[in-house]
Amino acid sequence: MLSAAESDALVLSLSIAARSVLFNLPLAVAVAWLLTRTRFAGRTVFDAFVHLPLVLPPVVVGYLLLVLFGIRGPIGGWLHELFGIQLAFTSTGAALATAVMSFPLVVRSIRISIDTLDRGLEDAARTLGAGPLDRFFSITLPLIAPGILAGAVTAFAAGLGEFGAVITFASNIPGETRTLPLALYTALQTPDGDSMAARLALISFCLGLAGLLVSEYLARGLRARLGR
Amino acid sequence: MLSVQLSKRRGDFTLDLAFTMPTGVIALFGRSGCGKSTAIALLAGLLSPDSARVQLDDDVLVDTARGIDVTTHRRRVGVVFQDARLFPHLDVRGNLGYGQKRAPRDLTRPIRFDDIVGLLGLESLLSRRPHELSGGEKQRVALGRALLAQPRLLLLDEPLASLDAARRAEVLPYLERLRDTFALPIVYVTHQFDEVLRLANRVVLLESGHVLVDGDIATVSRHRALRAIVGPDAVGAVVSGIVERVDAGGLVQLRIGDALLSAEFDGAVLGQRIQIQVLARDVIVATEPPRALSVRNVVAARVVSITPDVGRAVLVELDVGRAATLLARITERASQELALARDMQAWVLIKAVSLSGHVFNAPAR
Repeated sequence: MLSAAESDALVLSLSIAARSVLFNLPLAVAVAWLLTRTRFAGRTVFDAFVHLPLVLPPVVVGYLLLVLFGIRGPIGGWLHELFGIQLAFTSTGAALATAVMSFPLVVRSIRISIDTLDRGLEDAARTLGAGPLDRFFSITLPLIAPGILAGAVTAFAAGLGEFGAVITFASNIPGETRTLPLALYTALQTPDGDSMAARLALISFCLGLAGLLVSEYLARGLRARLGR
Repeated sequence: MLSVQLSKRRGDFTLDLAFTMPTGVIALFGRSGCGKSTAIALLAGLLSPDSARVQLDDDVLVDTARGIDVTTHRRRVGVVFQDARLFPHLDVRGNLGYGQKRAPRDLTRPIRFDDIVGLLGLESLLSRRPHELSGGEKQRVALGRALLAQPRLLLLDEPLASLDAARRAEVLPYLERLRDTFALPIVYVTHQFDEVLRLANRVVLLESGHVLVDGDIATVSRHRALRAIVGPDAVGAVVSGIVERVDAGGLVQLRIGDALLSAEFDGAVLGQRIQIQVLARDVIVATEPPRALSVRNVVAARVVSITPDVGRAVLVELDVGRAATLLARITERASQELALARDMQAWVLIKAVSLSGHVFNAPAR
């Protein structure tokens, strides 16, 4: 049904999107927490910085990543020397680029659920003997789970389609960084690639739709559990 | 023994509160905005005081002068909030267990799960989720949850305020039971005087952050400051007494001072200590012993004082012996025609039916 190149692109897309979500979540929860629950100097600037990927051209994000995480970049060089990790032009790098692009979406979603969380519940937990960390894991995290989940699903779906940042930072290497959109783009550049492009577009369409349905289903289940 | 001194400034509002209490229930009573809930937040440690000293038995919870401030989750001060605040992601069992799991393990006489479930009638609710509970059930669960955290002090912040009359009536007996079962100091915040009557031994009357009166129920019930808050129709002396006779048909004889009062009181036990609120507007004053009346209660009394009340009425304080004092609200003209004066001999008439619903179990001293 699918050619080897097509299924490679599909599997790679799923894997890169999934890894980008894993990168994202812990950090996004922390950043959302900082932005909703703490006051510090430079918070507004920090907030704007977190949201930059939404407004910057993806190619610029990819370029910045290349500068920072490239093998001669300040962070990338250090990672390479100490751990032998290379990010640029690898699938891990593609996941990183995807993660950076979807980061604001995840933060936004988690932030809204922290904002709407009834802080009285955390106060109640305090009076019942729960310290800060205990409270976070026993009360806050389960209650903002719908927001985290919604953010994760959105990030995953958006991650399947990330193009600009990935191609700039991780290039278009078959089997390594050639995800669905990159494969589609490549097919369009190839003579006789029309039918492949159409099939890849159809796959992307189905994945997107499935993602939306799954997220709706999960959100409903969670809301029912919480009685909302 | 709980001793409290709190002071907190918020904008134009300043709370200044001090009281000490052995055990039992102390009510913080006042209109909304008088600082009751602020006091609860300070006692629980959810708000920082400007200056405070709170001591529970030998443990100092807060002493701003010495830089002591035990953090909320180590304070072991239980709180039941007006809005229950059950955790929506846990069922009733999970909510009840939340504080219990985090309570100290080395207590000699811990409050046990099964006892609480029995006392508060929660057996059939254990696997329900908070959104499947009625308002009254939620508050019962919140009470149980707070108690199972093994608190040394329990704070109840208007626990009945968000309930309708029927639900209030459903939860009140549980609060009475709780008060009589555990030797736990309870601070009860409310703006409903009938709750104070049923539950508290002591009342602190608060207005705009300051203590107006602090005393036992009998004293506070006759205080001028209370009248201003509850309104003339709800004014009435609260006196304590003993059930001296239980007649068939639900009528009981209550010993109040030197007097015996007939009243309706379900479930009375001979010798039981009770509290009774005699509304001032229901009391009739006579200067001669009346005869041939339907009124069941005619009591000899001595006029203690006559003070002007709102409208064209006066409040007459009447001593019925053994330091029991009743209040009667009568018109100024009636008082003049009867030529009421201090130390005058008088007779007090109270219809037995007017006492229905105003007799309560007295809290243990």
